[in-house]
Amino acid sequence: MTTTQKPEILDESGDKYKYGFVTDIESETAPKGLSADIIRLISTKKGEPDWLLEKRLKAFEFWQTMKEPTWAKLTYDKIDYQDLYYYSAPKTKVAPKSLNEVDKELLATYDKLGIPLKEQEALAGVVAVDAVFDSVSVATTYRAKLAEKGIIFCSISEAVKKHPELVKKYLGSVVPYTDNFFACLNSAVFTDGSFVYIPKGVRCPMELSTYFRINAKNTGQFERTLIVAEEGSYVSYLEGCTAPQRDENQLHAAIVEIVVLDNAEVKYSTVQNWYPGDKDGKGGVYNFVTKRAACRGVNSKVSWTQVETGSAVTWKYPSCVLQGDNSVGEFYSVALTNNYQQADTGTKMIHIGKNTTSKIISKGISAGFSNQTYRGLVKVASSAENARNYSQCDSLLIGSTCGSHTVPYVENRSRTAILEHEATTSKISDEQLFYCKSRGISEEDAVSLIVNGFCKEVMQQLPMEFAIEAAKLINISLEGSVG
Amino acid sequence: MMSTPLLEIEDLCAGVSGKEIIKDFNLTINEGEIHAIMGPNGAGKSTLSYILCGKPGYEITSGTIKFRGKDLTAMSTEERAREGIFLIMQYPVEIPGVPVTSFLKHAVNAIRKHRGEPELDTMEFIKMVREEGRKLGIDAEMLKRPVNVGFSGGEKKRLETLQMAILKPQLAILDEADSGLDIDAMKVVSAGVNALRSENRSMLIITHFQRLLNYVVPDFVHIFADGHIVKSGDKSLAAELEEKGYAEFVKEK
Repeated sequence: MTTTQKPEILDESGDKYKYGFVTDIESETAPKGLSADIIRLISTKKGEPDWLLEKRLKAFEFWQTMKEPTWAKLTYDKIDYQDLYYYSAPKTKVAPKSLNEVDKELLATYDKLGIPLKEQEALAGVVAVDAVFDSVSVATTYRAKLAEKGIIFCSISEAVKKHPELVKKYLGSVVPYTDNFFACLNSAVFTDGSFVYIPKGVRCPMELSTYFRINAKNTGQFERTLIVAEEGSYVSYLEGCTAPQRDENQLHAAIVEIVVLDNAEVKYSTVQNWYPGDKDGKGGVYNFVTKRAACRGVNSKVSWTQVETGSAVTWKYPSCVLQGDNSVGEFYSVALTNNYQQADTGTKMIHIGKNTTSKIISKGISAGFSNQTYRGLVKVASSAENARNYSQCDSLLIGSTCGSHTVPYVENRSRTAILEHEATTSKISDEQLFYCKSRGISEEDAVSLIVNGFCKEVMQQLPMEFAIEAAKLINISLEGSVG
Repeated sequence: MMSTPLLEIEDLCAGVSGKEIIKDFNLTINEGEIHAIMGPNGAGKSTLSYILCGKPGYEITSGTIKFRGKDLTAMSTEERAREGIFLIMQYPVEIPGVPVTSFLKHAVNAIRKHRGEPELDTMEFIKMVREEGRKLGIDAEMLKRPVNVGFSGGEKKRLETLQMAILKPQLAILDEADSGLDIDAMKVVSAGVNALRSENRSMLIITHFQRLLNYVVPDFVHIFADGHIVKSGDKSLAAELEEKGYAEFVKEK
């Protein structure tokens, strides 16, 4: 084990990525590369039980037989998986017991990100945050308050230790390690993430939130999130992501698993602005994420809402497996790509239970030289009587050098299913810009007004404070896309 | 009282995509005056309004345009709007997803900022818009709808008039403001326009028919043909034109 990560000076010329600072903090990093030994080291470092180590090693073995998928409409330099660090943790002597013990530099970083933890603890009652810095969960606020209701909200490592029966039961039950190349990699090397457990009949009294941030250089971030909503429970979970500006590409391969039981509901919202690379397409995060929810009970409901403005490359299809009768899956997405960003993203709705319904609202905005693909699957099994799906995929193009593609797959085996699909592609027209400008509105404001109008249906799904941040983010990301 | 010139157009030649449409055009509008430009279809009346607003693609080849003594041609479209030029468009475009109120708020605050006035807060703004809207038969429901999306011809023109009422321009250009309006809608729109007549606000009404001029009575009427004004007169000229037709005047040249 070596200690690396010295402060470095960033080139601040010309780029507008607001979160491009590097935190000067010592971190503990495992040697580069991936092997069974490294996995053992991660597991030991985290004091994990044998069953988990075995799971990891099994996944690693399987991963070695797998090939990186190439079906997405993405072009990127081949990732050298042996040239990455798989473990990096902020170095502190003893695990912090409260925020007062958390490294001051770290807290300052979160302040820059706009999540003043201290303030939050003092204010009490709005959002509970579990912050993941590189791979280790740093501080979890509001725990006490949540504990009163029997809600568990902690890092996945802690859950492994304190609630092994729950983790053992549900981890990998929605996304098995054999699922896909990146999910398999994550299953072998995941370092941390969040765990949420909402007991039967409990309505979580606040939004739960995790802030992910990649700090260390050449570090892969492999978080693992597991949310379990017991019968009749409800939770709204927020995930925000940032990463510092780096010339080289950073890899991010996460898994989010959600289990929803009878009459339970989970709302999962993401605002993702990982560093997208500079205006020439140099650097940026490679984001290969597997997110899936299993609606296992009757009347269970999952709603994914995402606003994605970041990452150089995005490969992400949050899905709903609608097993329980009358279960409901929703996917609301805004993806904005600018400069040389590429995104291949969409959703999967798998209808198995009777009277299951799903709704897909996808809004893609492409600017600059970026390329964006909506890829979605609606699959209806013969058992899914009276299943319904409504899909709407709208693309907005800014300028003439970007691309937008829509690839909807539909597989239907039910005679009684009703499936609807609508798709539009439009451009911000010169007439619209002229109209706005002739009313005194600047071109930049006009574009942001039109884009925000285009995304409105999705933004309305976000919790208030998140919606404001998301709208700001979209405006920042659009800068320089016109004129 | 000495009249102060607001808009001065001298020897203007202009057009679109290489085609000259405005030729040796001259017109001065003083503060508080209402001018009507009448001309046959396809004469280039709308081109004139676009030139005045600086619409991309419309080029000036020679001549000058001054607005409040400043060179208008050096200003961008949004600067012209902030300086006080407003165009009621013949075919206002739809902006999906953008509610009328947020569109108007952006416009109002851009113009207030330019004038050095503080931005209106949401409460003040909503109150003002509702009040002005009521005068034009625009209810709170319509203000929530996306700009021009699914609006009838009458609703579009009423929204244009509302914008004018709120932005309080120095020069309002009405480009075929009565097109697509039934008689009731036209009365509402003209009442809205008339309510904005004032000593220091001028208007340029571009129209094909005399109809609108019965409701918004101009101080001057100009007949536009072959790229410039062929005859000017007072409001009686409009009636004369209606009687004789354009051919008579175009021939006179």
